[in-house]
Amino acid sequence: MVRFSLNGEAVEVDAPLTTTLLDWLRDERRLTGTKEGCNEGDCGACTVMVSDVEDVDGLGPKALNACILFLPQLHGKAVRTVEGVRKPDGSLHPVQEALIENHGSQCGFCTPGFVMSMVVSHLNNRKDHDDVLAGNLCRCTGYKPIVRAAKAAEGRDWPPTWLDDTSSIPEAPPLTYAPESSDELADWYAARPDATLIAGATDVGLWVTKDFRELGEVAFLNRCRDLQRIEYDQNDRVRVGAAVTMQAFLKTADDIHPTYGALVRRYGSEQVRSAATIGGNVANGSPIGDNPPALIAIGAVLHLRKGDERRALPLEDFFLEYGKQDREPGEFVEAITMPRYAPNLRVYKLSKRFDQDISAVCGAFNLTVSDGFVREARIAFGGMAGTPKRATHVEKALTGAEWSEATIRSALPLFGENFTPLSDMRASAEYRLATAQNMLLRTYFERMGTAVDVREVDA
Amino acid sequence: MSVAQPFPHDAAKLHVTGEARYVDDIPRPANTLHLAFGMSSVAHGKITGIDLQQVRMAPGVIAVLTAGDLPFTNDVSPSPSPEPLLAEDRVFFVGQPIFLVVAESHQAARHAARLADITYENLPALLTIDDALKVNSRFEDGPRVYERGNVRSSLNNAQKTISGTIDIGGQEHFYLEGQAAFALPQEGGDMVVHSSSQHPTEIQHKVADAIGMPMNAVRCEVRRMGGGFGGKESQGNALAVSCAIAAQLTGRPCVIRYDRDDDFVITGKRHDFRIEYDVAFDDNGRLLAVDFRQYVRCGWSMDLSLPVADRAMLHADNAYFVPNLRVESHRLKTHTQSATAFRGFGGPQGMVGIERVIDHVAHAVGRDPLDIRRLNYYRSEISGPSGNGYSDDAKYEFQTTHYGQRVEDFVLHEMTECLVDTSDYTNRKSRIAEWNASQHILKKGLALTPVKFGISFTLTHLNQAGALVHVYQDGSIHMNHGGTEMGQGLFQKVAQVAAARFGVSLDRVKITATDTGKVPNTSATAASSGSDLNGMAVKAACDTIRNRLADFVAERAQADPRSVVFEDGHVSVGTERIPFELVVKDAYMARVSLSATGFYKTPKLEWDRIRGTGRPFYYFAYGVAATEVVIDTLTGENRILRADILHDCGASLNPALDVGQIEGGYVQGAGWLTMEELNWDDTGKLRTHAPSTYKIPACSDRPSVFNVTLWDGANQEETIYRSKAVGEPPLMLGISALLALSDAIASTGATYPSLDAPATPERILMALSRMSP
Repeated sequence: MVRFSLNGEAVEVDAPLTTTLLDWLRDERRLTGTKEGCNEGDCGACTVMVSDVEDVDGLGPKALNACILFLPQLHGKAVRTVEGVRKPDGSLHPVQEALIENHGSQCGFCTPGFVMSMVVSHLNNRKDHDDVLAGNLCRCTGYKPIVRAAKAAEGRDWPPTWLDDTSSIPEAPPLTYAPESSDELADWYAARPDATLIAGATDVGLWVTKDFRELGEVAFLNRCRDLQRIEYDQNDRVRVGAAVTMQAFLKTADDIHPTYGALVRRYGSEQVRSAATIGGNVANGSPIGDNPPALIAIGAVLHLRKGDERRALPLEDFFLEYGKQDREPGEFVEAITMPRYAPNLRVYKLSKRFDQDISAVCGAFNLTVSDGFVREARIAFGGMAGTPKRATHVEKALTGAEWSEATIRSALPLFGENFTPLSDMRASAEYRLATAQNMLLRTYFERMGTAVDVREVDA
Repeated sequence: MSVAQPFPHDAAKLHVTGEARYVDDIPRPANTLHLAFGMSSVAHGKITGIDLQQVRMAPGVIAVLTAGDLPFTNDVSPSPSPEPLLAEDRVFFVGQPIFLVVAESHQAARHAARLADITYENLPALLTIDDALKVNSRFEDGPRVYERGNVRSSLNNAQKTISGTIDIGGQEHFYLEGQAAFALPQEGGDMVVHSSSQHPTEIQHKVADAIGMPMNAVRCEVRRMGGGFGGKESQGNALAVSCAIAAQLTGRPCVIRYDRDDDFVITGKRHDFRIEYDVAFDDNGRLLAVDFRQYVRCGWSMDLSLPVADRAMLHADNAYFVPNLRVESHRLKTHTQSATAFRGFGGPQGMVGIERVIDHVAHAVGRDPLDIRRLNYYRSEISGPSGNGYSDDAKYEFQTTHYGQRVEDFVLHEMTECLVDTSDYTNRKSRIAEWNASQHILKKGLALTPVKFGISFTLTHLNQAGALVHVYQDGSIHMNHGGTEMGQGLFQKVAQVAAARFGVSLDRVKITATDTGKVPNTSATAASSGSDLNGMAVKAACDTIRNRLADFVAERAQADPRSVVFEDGHVSVGTERIPFELVVKDAYMARVSLSATGFYKTPKLEWDRIRGTGRPFYYFAYGVAATEVVIDTLTGENRILRADILHDCGASLNPALDVGQIEGGYVQGAGWLTMEELNWDDTGKLRTHAPSTYKIPACSDRPSVFNVTLWDGANQEETIYRSKAVGEPPLMLGISALLALSDAIASTGATYPSLDAPATPERILMALSRMSP
């Protein structure tokens, strides 16, 4: 039995484990305010607010996509839908009022999702509306009146005490399929090595909603609090638990290097980042996952565990070939360790749309330069091969060479030695190769003080 | 008065609370069944075997239907050319429905639909414009041609000519609410259908044919759509018809909604075009002749492609007088989704063609494209200093378009002058040139483009509308008309008209769902015509009742009915001022009819689409936009930094809703021409089949500086309160974004960039690589 609070009232649900919150809300509860727009976490029409008893990452309640959120992920939490955000006297939430006043809805279908994203950001006192709303698509308004509404609602009726769910969250006794710690998980998984582990479900969710895949036995990781920790040691290294969400990781990424922070800010959307985990992004082995290139470039180490056995390996060694990783059945990613700061890192993500798009090419350059020479070079790419991969030929050519445009240009042809990218709907092979090369130029120019980022230019 | 006021959308409160009901939100009887289509996996083939055993045995499946199981016609076509609901012996695109699953739940139906074993004999698939041209695969016998003057000889005799080609990609509507329908069987075989449709009458008509009943046995109701943009003009037929057939067969209510991926794969999109041009011009850049070849990829069925392609031809001039203009239009039949209506309906593609020509000519003569635009603008009645320099004698003669319509309301000279001023165009143009000179990697571009869009259905008989208005004994008003609400605010605008006619406050007017049982024989809510047509029809109905009330009170007061005034919730006659509801109550007691229909047909239209001559449009709607962009010459990444828009809505019925249409239209148009890219693989499978792979503009893609102003001027034609249609025209303001990107690329060399659309980072980088220093 999954137990959580729905719009302030405790509920108990007995449903198949891969029932999505969206289907349950609409089909079982007939709460039809939450909309299905894409059924894959890309449009935000199904956004709901989820709060936890304990604010583990210190970021407050989350906006999440209900369409790829399985009911067991809510065990011991509180959910608010658009039907449950009015004030106790029945009057509208300030963001609802502001949307009306600012003409923020036209067809209205995306509106409940926007309302929920804005309710959450209002509650958390956020002002970075473009980031907050990047995961809510609107096809009618052009967004301007929606952002105007979000600004207008800032601080209005704050704090929204009527949305405090702490008292309504029911007791949540342990579930057999949701281990409470990494030790429990290790035992559970060692005994069921063919099972599927579900962390944020931002990928696995689609296996269910789009592919109707039979997952067999599943375990939900979100109750393993010890996997959600970010720990610093004296040597300026960080240990990031596998179940740390991308949103919680954002600050760490910003510290490593602002360009890594900027990349994470473009990783999925607020809703996706609040569910997706760094361990999941690495473990699924995708050649276009956005963390591996940066992590490889800064020399991150992956920590794997099976039962009581643990091992560590350089991240790049984990990716063997397309769809194949160095992970045994029953073995799981426990943590990733990495340097706390990487001032020489530059990370660039290239996609058709800036926000919430999958990379055509993602490049990470960690070049140590001193006295006019390149002392060390670690360069890694996503989208250029069947796995995240280092540009070893280029690294070799740069290492020890003079730090100059001529050096950079002379290394460009070597990209072809390392990579033979594919053409697909995101980009052609030629474009991928050309921009991978140009990203190296961009690194050089950026470090030489030239303006290279279109996002930092004003009219 | 309630018109011209910036009221919020009538359903705004329902939207923000989640109470607004869309088709899938309507409470359903417990025994409702759910449907899903099984689809073709090949682009063109002969079906050699269909094994549905696994589908039938899947959990929750009640029935599985193929073409042979359909009781009456197997046709969901909106055009004279048939289009089967379910494929018969051949399939014509990847995604074509072949069978229909009827099941106990949405998931059960979707799941079962994947379990079929269908074998095909593959036939050659024509996927591209080139494929179709090679084998002359087309609708109609040959290309359609509209010509004014003698283009060939002008080109041959001209000193300066250029030629070029532009590819313009299609566009997925991405209405946030996917296609959906819900049918409830009634006694005696009647059917009630809820559909997310812009065209309830066509739904009624197709459903009636499919269940073997007359139209009077079918009632279609549409309260609202979660976006339409043209994508729900014809594409809802298949869903509504399926539900009705399954409901008739099982006697149970049936509902269907497309999963987003199915919606992408099954339904039509904006037509992609290739436009070739040859242009003759003089030293100043004045156009002497333009020859366009428009190649239109229509997909597998006719759908609305002929009128779409016609409208592209009719907008090949946009705002420019071209003395010799020839447009040759090829409507090509391919084995892909049947392209369909999309906001602008071919107009945008035609307009991109001529805007590209102007830009290219400006480059050739080395002048600012804006100068070339203004030089070639149609002459306006009052050509001020900004006019195109014709002599005084000529200035009161209207010029005509290439299809012979006089351009009588041309306001773009004044609008352009105003926008050049408010956007600080000239100074920014030079500042950008300086900035570009100082930048190594990043380059800016600026472009100002006009829109002149023809308002009316080009199929003249569609320019009619009906309304039904009741006034109840308590003075409350029930308003109904044939237009549908898809977010554009039509219902509110028309309610404002009704309130204004009766002189009452807006809250007295109840807006009701579009219903073929209330107003029959409606046209699609399309062609931007919604408020023009339905506003006038509602006005007519209101005025009928108002005149009866005026007669009644005038007779009672021994006054002239023409002296009766309706305002501020009161009816005044002589010195008497009576509350509206009291007049209504007395009128009821005196047995005065308080219900009326209204009807409207657009005047002055006369159009021969085969010859391409006449007056297809009642009037034109105008706009101008200036867009500034920045590009990264290393990757092609780009941003829209600023957009300034001045748009003509006539005397706006509701400035807030009109501004909303303009802002949204601009962003949608810019999205079409920049980041929104459809991609099919070489087997005809759509690879951009969901928002994960097809990117519409997100929040941060809107221009960070975004200034929108309404042009203050009444429509010179007698439209509803002298307003102008606003649905489609603003989309084409987005063309300025494409040309601003081209301008930024052009700053890097001497070559003309010839940038194709959508101008994705990849296309921009490729264009940059073609630039010579």
